[in-house]
Amino acid sequence: MSEAGTHPGGHIAHITQAPAQGMITLRGDLSTSAVKNAATGVAAVDMPARGQANCVEDRGIAWMSPDELLVLCPYDTVEANVDKMRATLGDAHALAVDVSDARATFLVEGTHAREVLAKLAPVDLAPDAFVPGMFRRTRLAQVPAAFWMRDARTFQIVCFRSHAQYVHDLLKTAAAPGSAVAYFTG
Amino acid sequence: MLTLTCPCCGVTAEETEFHAGGEAHLTRYGPGSDDTEFEGYLFMRENPKGVHFERWRHVYGCGKWFQVARCTVTLELFGAYPAQTTRPPQALQDTITAKRPGWSWNDIA
Repeated sequence: MSEAGTHPGGHIAHITQAPAQGMITLRGDLSTSAVKNAATGVAAVDMPARGQANCVEDRGIAWMSPDELLVLCPYDTVEANVDKMRATLGDAHALAVDVSDARATFLVEGTHAREVLAKLAPVDLAPDAFVPGMFRRTRLAQVPAAFWMRDARTFQIVCFRSHAQYVHDLLKTAAAPGSAVAYFTG
Repeated sequence: MLTLTCPCCGVTAEETEFHAGGEAHLTRYGPGSDDTEFEGYLFMRENPKGVHFERWRHVYGCGKWFQVARCTVTLELFGAYPAQTTRPPQALQDTITAKRPGWSWNDIA
């Protein structure tokens, strides 16, 4: 069943740029307790498994690569949290850096949210293939981006801030009124 | 179009999420090598019809390099393995032998 018309502008999904989100890149050996504790101590969530993200509201940890995590925290606590992470890391060979202002985040909500993403990313977005808890770094059309599901009908997207306008326009185009294919919803 | 599975992050995606890095298992001749060796490293590449070994980078994903064995005729993928090896793993070579008896590539098999 089509949901067109229920979102602003008649778009098939509701697309918003999320408010400023604190983001810290943490690189190092993810198997060491220093790195794990640095991440979990700030985000107050469990370490995610490979390809997963654990997020609660504006706190969380996302698995970016075998040696990189993205730690989410409230924007106004980033500076204190980076200091806290560096203290936890001590002499460990690791890097913690505030990337909040280098990134933009978007929310795509609605029954057709999967479809909007599926038009842009080379990712299997079937409801049984991509589920909440998973985290995926990929591309949206021509630029790198990462996304995960906040719940069954909401995607959160992170991209570089310099690509924010491009990604916004992409999402709006993919969600253009009347463009629902209803591939996943039948 | 190829569908690759990155051995570093476990993600399966089609080739546009990756970047091809050319032939695998090159020996890098540098200072001290003779002209023939250096020329071979710089210019001479395998151009097989069949089994081939390549380097790929998961450029839009985890960013890691890895290596892939595939067939240039059918685009079948035999497997992916870590970049930190100078030869394909024996298990992968056995898999290829089962599917393409008599194959050879450069000085392998």
